[in-house]
Amino acid sequence: MELFTPDLGLVFWMFIAFLVVFLVLGKWGWPVIIKNMNQRADTIDKGIEDAAEAKRQLEGAREEARKYMEEAQQKQAEMLREAAKMKSQIIEEAKVEAAAEAKKVMDAAKVSIEQQRKEAELQFKNEVSRFSLEIAEKMVRKEMATDKAQTELVDKLIGEIDRN
Amino acid sequence: MKKLKHILTLLLLAVGTLASRAEFGDIPLLTGEEKQHIAREMQQEEEGDVDVKETIFHHLGDGYGWEVPFMHVYRIPLPVMVKAEDGKWFCFSSSKLTEVVAIEDMETGKVKEYLIPVIHQEVKDGKTYSFVIAHTSAHKNKVVEIFPLSAEDQKIVEAQLGEGEENVVIDGYVNVGGKYYREYRPLDISITKNVLALLIAAVIVTALVMILVSFYKRKGLHAPRKGMGFFEMLISFIYDGIIKSTLGKKADKFAPYLLTCFFFILIMNLLGLIVIFPGGANLTGNIAITLVLALLTFVITNVLGTKHYWKEIFWPDVPLLLKFPIPIMQIIEVFGIFTKPAALCVRLFANMMGGHMIVITLTLLIFIFAAFGAAAMGGATVVSVLFSIFMLLLDVLVSFIQAYVFTLLSAIFISMGQEEGHGHGKEAHDQANTEETAIENK
Repeated sequence: MELFTPDLGLVFWMFIAFLVVFLVLGKWGWPVIIKNMNQRADTIDKGIEDAAEAKRQLEGAREEARKYMEEAQQKQAEMLREAAKMKSQIIEEAKVEAAAEAKKVMDAAKVSIEQQRKEAELQFKNEVSRFSLEIAEKMVRKEMATDKAQTELVDKLIGEIDRN
Repeated sequence: MKKLKHILTLLLLAVGTLASRAEFGDIPLLTGEEKQHIAREMQQEEEGDVDVKETIFHHLGDGYGWEVPFMHVYRIPLPVMVKAEDGKWFCFSSSKLTEVVAIEDMETGKVKEYLIPVIHQEVKDGKTYSFVIAHTSAHKNKVVEIFPLSAEDQKIVEAQLGEGEENVVIDGYVNVGGKYYREYRPLDISITKNVLALLIAAVIVTALVMILVSFYKRKGLHAPRKGMGFFEMLISFIYDGIIKSTLGKKADKFAPYLLTCFFFILIMNLLGLIVIFPGGANLTGNIAITLVLALLTFVITNVLGTKHYWKEIFWPDVPLLLKFPIPIMQIIEVFGIFTKPAALCVRLFANMMGGHMIVITLTLLIFIFAAFGAAAMGGATVVSVLFSIFMLLLDVLVSFIQAYVFTLLSAIFISMGQEEGHGHGKEAHDQANTEETAIENK
């Protein structure tokens, strides 16, 4: 029956030992561990939430980026179109301008050609008149070589003046 | 080495003989012859059949010294602390209460050593006090203070002692080396084998927790790995699995007690399974240990019990006739207050002691079968070793389960004492009850 009767000495020491361990661990042991474990669990939970949030944000950002990209592409296409349009317009304008310029140049050339022609005509006229005068003078000189011819002319001229 | 031992023994014998001639007080110390006589008696006992009961009880019980690993008769000395009959305290080494005596076998001539109890005397204030570890006495294997027989005592002893009989257990008297003395069992708070094992377990538990705490201090919120990680996993298993789920909001108030309980029991259980020095003490299979644990749960449950808890006991929610005029329910409930911790105490004690007992018995089978010849012994050895290993492995599992069950039931009892209000409280109560029955059925 020795086994079934608690030994007082052992009861005493068990009580002391358990109490000491309980007090020591109750003050510096378990609360620290429990607090730490809870804190870590909270941190992990928060981490998971944060990660999900970050993922969501990333997803959003990606969507936005895609949108911007599309917009940019659209704009680019538009710009290209506009540029092409502008190009053809510029070419058109240039053509018109060039035509105008060419016409102007031609006109100027025509004018100068006309002028030169007129000048040449004038010169030619002058030449002709000079030649005819020279011819006339030569003829006159030959006809007027006698006094009779001279007197006849003067008479005729006076006659003409008189009639007038 | 062997020779040296013999010389030492002889020397001890010589000193013993000299000391006994000097005669302290009224009680003579054992003479060399008496010591030889005790050792011979032991030898005779040994030659007979294996005393199964004696061996089992020796291994399950406590001792004043701790067996040195693999050396049967040598003990690690531990302090003995006793309060003598006249109220004086004594503290001395347990090695003074035993001596190793070598005797030669008459037939084979082999020398064998025996550990025998001897009388130890201490002188305080001019008075001599004698102590001995009782053998033939009601307080077997405990330290007793002995006094010489008065004329009256002499008569009582002679009346009880039959003709020619020696070694008879007479209540209140102890037989030392064939002589009877009056015995007094002193108040004994010695650091016995069990107490030392208990202190070792306490140190281990504290160290484990403190290592984890210091890990937290160093590494902040990092998770510990390997051993400490396993330890932390156990803590969170108990904390989340038992304490939080049964106690809810009050978990943190009772967590230190329940966690200390669990790990203390677990470490004690596991230490008990180690065969040599730091382990080997059958701690949780000792009713004193489980009694203290159950008592603490009892005190916590009832001292911190709420009004509602007490109302449920003295005026439970049952038909009037069950509680008035004959208080049937009250009687049952009041009984329940005591039976719950008692069951707690006995469950742990019986489970752990049972495990130890089975392993020891299996080992003893070898020696029992040895009587039937070599073949029987060989067969028995193989079978018993295999079974012992199986049982020890099972005991590792049982160690854990019992620590778990003790903590779980403690938590449930405490949570019953913490009930408040009605509607919600009753549900929890019912749930706790079903849980409890489920576990008890296991």
